[in-house]
Amino acid sequence: MKLTGAEILTRFLADEGVEYIFGYPGGAVLHIYDALHRQDRLKHILVRHEQAATHAADGYARSTGKPGVVLVTSGPGATNAVTGIATAFMDSIPMVVITGQVPTSLIGNDAFQEVDCVGITRPCVKHNFLVKDVNDLAMVLKKAFYIATTGRPGPVVVDIPKDITAEVAEYKHPKQIEMRSYSPVVKGHPGQIKRAVKMMASAKRPMIYSGGGVILDDASKVLTELGHVLNCPVTNTTMGLGGFPASDRQFLGLLGMHGTYEANMAISNCDVMIAIGARFDDRVTGNIKKFAPKAKIIHVDIDPASISKNVKVHVPIVGGVNNVVKAMLKQLKAEGFKPNEETLGKWWEQIEKWRAKDCLKYNTDGDRIKPQHAVDLVHQITKGDAFVTSDVGQHQMWAAQYYGFDKPRRWINSGGLGTMGFGLPAAMGVQLAHPKAQVACITGEGSIQMNIQELSTCLQHRLPIKIVCLNNGYLGMVRQWQEFFYDNRYSHSYMDSLPDFVKLAEAYGHVGIQVDKPADVEAAIKETFKLKDRLVFLNILTDPEENVYPMVPAGAGLDEMILI
Amino acid sequence: MRHIISILMENEAGALSRVAALFSARGYNIESLTVAPTEDITLSRMTLVTRGSDEIIEQITKQLNKLIDVVKLVNLAEGPHIEREMMLIKVRTSGVGAREEVMRLVEIFRGNIIDVTPATYTIELTGHADKLDAFIVALNKAPILETVRSGVSAISRGTKSLHI
Repeated sequence: MKLTGAEILTRFLADEGVEYIFGYPGGAVLHIYDALHRQDRLKHILVRHEQAATHAADGYARSTGKPGVVLVTSGPGATNAVTGIATAFMDSIPMVVITGQVPTSLIGNDAFQEVDCVGITRPCVKHNFLVKDVNDLAMVLKKAFYIATTGRPGPVVVDIPKDITAEVAEYKHPKQIEMRSYSPVVKGHPGQIKRAVKMMASAKRPMIYSGGGVILDDASKVLTELGHVLNCPVTNTTMGLGGFPASDRQFLGLLGMHGTYEANMAISNCDVMIAIGARFDDRVTGNIKKFAPKAKIIHVDIDPASISKNVKVHVPIVGGVNNVVKAMLKQLKAEGFKPNEETLGKWWEQIEKWRAKDCLKYNTDGDRIKPQHAVDLVHQITKGDAFVTSDVGQHQMWAAQYYGFDKPRRWINSGGLGTMGFGLPAAMGVQLAHPKAQVACITGEGSIQMNIQELSTCLQHRLPIKIVCLNNGYLGMVRQWQEFFYDNRYSHSYMDSLPDFVKLAEAYGHVGIQVDKPADVEAAIKETFKLKDRLVFLNILTDPEENVYPMVPAGAGLDEMILI
Repeated sequence: MRHIISILMENEAGALSRVAALFSARGYNIESLTVAPTEDITLSRMTLVTRGSDEIIEQITKQLNKLIDVVKLVNLAEGPHIEREMMLIKVRTSGVGAREEVMRLVEIFRGNIIDVTPATYTIELTGHADKLDAFIVALNKAPILETVRSGVSAISRGTKSLHI
């Protein structure tokens, strides 16, 4: 059937199973918005800033595993979206971003609201397209979804000039696609899997270090099984939380810069490390020369370029985490693997000694609310079952350290790019995908102001997000570094002239609650989560000079951390 | 170490800029780069000369392979191969005896004079990059007006070939 480009786009998205589009209209996408108006299969969520559209789509994707879809106009619409695209790129989140473009005849003319969108986004997308012929549109879109969701996922931008959305072409939903230049390896090499299993069997002090790849490939079940079969300690990266249940005895918590003492010491002393869907990021390894010095390393990753990029590994395995771990389990079973209780017993004895340091303890005696305590209470009151989004800084680390995630896709944070302003819009995407679920945005007074305008979107779409703002009056992580490494010179890390968040929430039609006494905080959090149908902005005034511990200073080894 | 990476890629708009952007974003060197369509017009062949340690070259090839437009690539420096570069060079020949001297050099280097004016010769020379360098050194007396080099093209020796 003959359709306009705009109709092909909306029809295609619906045929592809897309539920929500997060977007903002403008001149170059008017035909598309008109087509959206004339259909009822896609729901469009109007945001208040294009950056929020990308983060909302991102939150939707992270919490569901389905690709997030964004629609923005040309020029500033596209450039505003770039931060969100880069955020998704760094964390390998499947996303398709449709950007309007000036008409083909004007491209390169410095036309009104023209930017070279393909050029600007090139370094922060998995791939991008400029559609030059309406007859190619459906196929390009199919490719965009295919590329975004397969292999190592990532954002794909499709830039569509305005004239293409008005021109007419025959439309048929392309069912299948094959690309000679793109076919990700998903099955691990059997020989390598055998070598890895042999290495695991010979280990005296084995350890699993897993990351976001486990979440992305829905592999937490098999990973947990592998952990149990090997009976070894498991640590997660910030992106990998929920990949292994936090309440499991074998879980040592986060590793890296703000990792636990036991996780970092175990990494520094293990003899076989099984790295799964993690990429040895600098925040994880600390000083790379001192990272896991005693370990032989097995590394499973779908992206060959992630293997031996930062740390040379002994057994590289390229493949989907789910497939590879399943194959490992099968091989372990075939070889009748039994953990060596004697050597493992000693290893666990040592780990328990490290664990006994209780590195995450904090003091609740003072007259200020401890942020860690607030997160602990949120965990308790939501029964550990909420979706938690966060922004970036101290509150993010406290949320990661203290909200024990037992399930995957519950912890939604900008791990790679570290984007402030991510939390609230991401929570919108999560809440839309899971309308009945409790969604908490644990944030700070700095980050929340970076996308505060989305309180309006939340009202429009009745999203009962619970904003838990750990307000210490500082850009806390910046202040912490200034305290440790710049002799307490708090250069521009103080948040002066903060708005009255309670009134602000009320101005947007929501509920605002403020609490500043330790004795009242539990009741306030309870009240917040009791208001099921309302967005609540809970402003918790916390101890302004609390620091995130433990901390591995930049350039130090993981076993050289600062404890309280 | 010097490496010659030969890339077969989709002949799409922007494919070249993806490769160039990858090199600048990750801080890799490009010594030379040539690209043109192959006998199959849907495919382009790029020859890229770069330098780096084994680890860096491994990352370069992995990152290139990750580009969606890249179909296949090979590091020609890993095996026997032939490399050639073409140079067009315009020299002034108005000095005493300059024309004879330049002509002799062109003969020795097995080049061709492809354009002549009363005051200049334009010379075409093909060969290994080292040979072109040597020719420029040998020309020392004749003032060079213009040098255009194609960058290295290379192909593996024997029956091995880069195709889909």
